[in-house]
Amino acid sequence: MKCWIGGLGVLGPGLPGWAASEAMLAGTQPWQMAEAAAAPPSILPPTERRRTGPTVRFALAAAAEATEREPDRGALETVFATSNGDGATIAGILDAMHTPDGAISPTLFHNSVHNAAAGYWHIAVGSTAPSVSLGGHDGTFAAGLLSAVTGVVARGRAVLLCAYDTPLPPPLAECRPTAFPFATAMVLRPAQVAGTRAALTLRYVAEPLAEPVPPTEGLDALAAGNPAARALPLLRALAARRETLIGLALDETAHLELQVTPC
Amino acid sequence: MPSLWPLAMTGRSTVTAFGAGTEALRRALHERRTGLAPCAFPGAPEGVWAGQVTGLEAAAPPPALSTFDCRNNRLAELALRSDDFEAAVAAARARHGADRIAVVVGTSTAGIEETERAYTRREPGADSLPGDFDYAHTHDLHALPRYLRQRLGLRGPAIAVSTACTSGARAVMEAAALIAAGVADAAVAGGVDSLCRLTLNGFASLELLSRGPCRPCAGDRDGIVIGEAAGLLLLERAEAAPRDALLLLGAGASSDGHHMSSPHPGGLGAVGAMRAALEAAGLGAAEIDYINLHGTGTRANDAMEDRAVHHLFGDSVPCSSTKGWTGHTLGASGAVEAVIAALCLEDGLVPGCLNVETPDPDFRAQVAAGANRAAPLRRVMSNSFGFGGSNCALILGRAS
Repeated sequence: MKCWIGGLGVLGPGLPGWAASEAMLAGTQPWQMAEAAAAPPSILPPTERRRTGPTVRFALAAAAEATEREPDRGALETVFATSNGDGATIAGILDAMHTPDGAISPTLFHNSVHNAAAGYWHIAVGSTAPSVSLGGHDGTFAAGLLSAVTGVVARGRAVLLCAYDTPLPPPLAECRPTAFPFATAMVLRPAQVAGTRAALTLRYVAEPLAEPVPPTEGLDALAAGNPAARALPLLRALAARRETLIGLALDETAHLELQVTPC
Repeated sequence: MPSLWPLAMTGRSTVTAFGAGTEALRRALHERRTGLAPCAFPGAPEGVWAGQVTGLEAAAPPPALSTFDCRNNRLAELALRSDDFEAAVAAARARHGADRIAVVVGTSTAGIEETERAYTRREPGADSLPGDFDYAHTHDLHALPRYLRQRLGLRGPAIAVSTACTSGARAVMEAAALIAAGVADAAVAGGVDSLCRLTLNGFASLELLSRGPCRPCAGDRDGIVIGEAAGLLLLERAEAAPRDALLLLGAGASSDGHHMSSPHPGGLGAVGAMRAALEAAGLGAAEIDYINLHGTGTRANDAMEDRAVHHLFGDSVPCSSTKGWTGHTLGASGAVEAVIAALCLEDGLVPGCLNVETPDPDFRAQVAAGANRAAPLRRVMSNSFGFGGSNCALILGRAS
């Protein structure tokens, strides 16, 4: 399958937006670890904005940046990929339910659905376009990319892919460690347009990915700390405008093979 | 562009409050017998009803996959054992190869019921969850497709769709895209959702739970009854299937972009999804013979859906909700109701809403209530709507 990538967003440790991080991702400027933060999404009306937690804020920040130059971002179909969903909200409900007389807040409950960030995004941009939210554990970014590229190829429409995850609070954090928040977004299209950065060819391979020893320091080491950060090899290839072959694990038995060809 | 539709349904299985297997569901539909009962689920709010599945204690995963053991995966396991589904998948595997069959399933709860148990099992004063709690194989959304893929010996892509109450229907659309794009030749698609304290108490917090059996489309309807279920479909390209196989003729999705938990009052998103499904199937509104409504039984959903259906179909197409039988099985409902649509096509059945003598007098669509009707059906639409403003419509039928 083949599509074209243009319009990128990222928000993670030491990566405060695509524009501010491009040189670091390309390796032409040094990267330094720094805590990532997401502001309340200004694209949402104030009543909705107040109801968003960090997870939705990270997702919407990346999606907003990736679509900054879109003439009509409401026209884009969307794929929202997250492993943990809004873990803080889910943990809050679990805590409340296991506290004597603990009551669940209605807002907390509707924010607990896995497609909460997608729901807020479509409200923010007034979009009635189709949207799918999915999960894939550590292979969540790969699953989202597979779904988004499949959508582009099967339906011939542009798709906004947004992948995001934030750490779970205790006690879930011990069972599912996530080292830091990370979000990335990209617009995938069926044809090349002005501003397209690269062509992406994607192939599903029903074999385990032969992974080299994972890097333990620097920017590349971030990939292991958050399912959405598994996008880093692709983001780095796009930033460097470098022709690259990337293996991206879906799980321990299958992977995607990505061929990135800069335009 | 590749052609998405039609797809043939060469296998199907359901597990509902009526038990394992689609024949139990078919009998209950014809006998107008509900699967709902006062809720006996531990930790449920007082005085609510549920569509609970019994017999899960005998549906443990095989020993090699015991790490996946949780209520949600037991529902999936029971579905595999029913309706000769496992054999249908084995035959497809022989035809296409294990690498070429995807697993795309929806769930909103996943195995969170296992997490709730882990919270309850904690030692007094302890914060940590018990050491034997396996988050990745139970609570995690991906546990469901991973379990099905391993259990069925498949090697195609495994995707967990989670779009609240459209998950089961939306998974069918994702599976269709994978087949159209050439990533797979067949797919196990559908949805599984299990009873848990989170959804029971969550919907209670929104004051959306009925105090008795739910009564979709009734003038005095008072909310939903949550059910649990598994609905699995085996989908393949129509040309590879027997000529009399039931077909998925098209599907459409949309977003409301309106509010997180209230539908667009005018049904804008619902109209968009139904219209997109008609376009995908190349059909006009007059070519639909029956609509299986999302019809949850809440004030807002049913009123919105009546407006949306009337907008597209006027009062000329009979429609009804079957949630009076199964309850609202949330992330499984889209898949279970796709199978109900198939049963309606096979049996020429328009089920009238259960426990409802006459529909809401304010409704303008042609709502079937009070009794079942016999009618020759060629094409049936099935609607699903969910929190986050997610909408999806499927159309099933036979080759014309």
